[in-house]
Amino acid sequence: MWTDAAQRPATASGSSSKGKREMPPSSSPFLKVEHLGKTFVLGRPVFADVNFSIEQGEFVCIIGHSGCGKTTVLNVLAGLDSATEGHVFMNGREIDGPGLERGVVFQSHALMPWLTVRRNIAFAVESRWPDWTRAQVDAHVRRFVELVGLGAAIDRKPSELSGGMKQRVGIARAFAIQPRMLLLDEPFGALDALTRGTIQDELMGIVRETRQTVFMITHDVDEAILLADRILLMSNGHDAPDGAGFRPGRIAEVVDNPLPRQRTRSGLHHLDGYYLLRNHIVDFLVSRAQPPARQA
Amino acid sequence: MKLLNLKAALVSALLLAALLGLWHAATLPAAGGGGAADMTPEQIEYAKLMGKDPGAQKNSGFPTPAQMGRAALVQLADPFRDNGPNDKGIAIQLAHSLGRVALGFLLACIVAVPLGFVIGMSELLHRALDPFIQVLKPISPLAWMPLALYTIKDSSISGVFVIFICSVWPMLLNTAFGVASVRREWIQVARTLEVSPLRKALRVILPAAAPTILTGMRISMGIAWLVIVAAEMLVGGTGIGYFVWNEWNNLSLTNVMFAILVIGVVGMLLDMLFAFLQRQVTYVD
Repeated sequence: MWTDAAQRPATASGSSSKGKREMPPSSSPFLKVEHLGKTFVLGRPVFADVNFSIEQGEFVCIIGHSGCGKTTVLNVLAGLDSATEGHVFMNGREIDGPGLERGVVFQSHALMPWLTVRRNIAFAVESRWPDWTRAQVDAHVRRFVELVGLGAAIDRKPSELSGGMKQRVGIARAFAIQPRMLLLDEPFGALDALTRGTIQDELMGIVRETRQTVFMITHDVDEAILLADRILLMSNGHDAPDGAGFRPGRIAEVVDNPLPRQRTRSGLHHLDGYYLLRNHIVDFLVSRAQPPARQA
Repeated sequence: MKLLNLKAALVSALLLAALLGLWHAATLPAAGGGGAADMTPEQIEYAKLMGKDPGAQKNSGFPTPAQMGRAALVQLADPFRDNGPNDKGIAIQLAHSLGRVALGFLLACIVAVPLGFVIGMSELLHRALDPFIQVLKPISPLAWMPLALYTIKDSSISGVFVIFICSVWPMLLNTAFGVASVRREWIQVARTLEVSPLRKALRVILPAAAPTILTGMRISMGIAWLVIVAAEMLVGGTGIGYFVWNEWNNLSLTNVMFAILVIGVVGMLLDMLFAFLQRQVTYVD
């Protein structure tokens, strides 16, 4: 069903192609981020010269302390924010605004509280396929609500759902428009550990099945190890200790996840290499990421 | 909860009875005080010539509850009568007032809601228009009356204008505030879904701001109903305000009090209507 995403023509709706830099289509990665930088205070960019790429069907997590600019990176990919410098290309086209080919799951779920689950998702589906009939929209909505196991709650309002259910609806909404890439901004940050684990499993199942390309922000090392094929470690901007001036935040390291792709949450800590990987990331966060508290 | 409601109703009824009793006692005719019995016919005639009829009962002239009740029954018995400009039934007068309020209020909605939308969306316009709004808002709507009468040259439409001008401000400010404080994530969701501006306004911003807008409308309607009575007293002709003034000129305090009661009840019903509408659009976040 969703594996046809790759064959679908790029949705250029709403975004004109004027002023876009065309990339040679051959052998270029699905998503390419080049020299991305964002500056709020002159001379002290939040991050600068961020480069990475994501392949089709890859799950990439970005991990770093608060304030390192990872949400800004995600918002630039989503087209909701613009970078001070650098470019982002998706499928050879430069991203210059939000679009239906990128689905976003917000940290605060961002469901519209006056609509039921069904209407919330239908709003997205109607936006994606404006000429669908009511019945088509409803069938599509139902399929994706059931995908996240909320079939029984389809006519409830968000206020009648638990935090985990709300986030599931947010995920269903993002999947329902069948985007070419999914962007998740710390989607499980506000959930309790138990719910978080269940939804992680669900998300992993759906992503594996649909071979969805995902870019996700997380604070949780285990979450990154469980879900990601590659983990980007991002450091905060800081003043160099030797007085050599300000160093903006950057992608300090890209870690390939060596664990087998068929891993599960319950068996994760028994896998060879798990602790090595985990210690490596935790060491980075503790000693090399330059968290804001240490800059003071 | 049920029991509490019952108790409250009981206390209300007791309070009403106490008030009516107090009213009744205060308006009882003064007892005795030199009747006609011990006066000669000449003395009686002299007293009558002096405007002091010793046969008449002395009282303050303030109607008793019983008189008031009878007047109310008379009014309610024939609410739709129309015997010329000075004798119209209470329902006809109410209809005139409600018509003016509805028209002025509707015009205010048509102006205030779209304008409030624009002000709420644009920080520039908000700041640019703010001084005008701040100066115009505190002006008593009746102060516009001479200007309205001079320019419009029609007392009834002037009344509508006064209602318009008094209901426009709360609606405008509340709409602007409601639109400006729509949560950013909802706007961002609309942006990522490439929703057209009109669809975004109608499907995202309007429902998100609807409770605030309705609050503004409810305040506006309350003010409009306060102002219509005063406006109609000024412009005359028809309406519940004119009725009050006319009955004052007739020195019929019973009718004045009856009209006051009707104004209160209708105002309460209007407020309940808007409270109901407010509940319809309110969402739990």
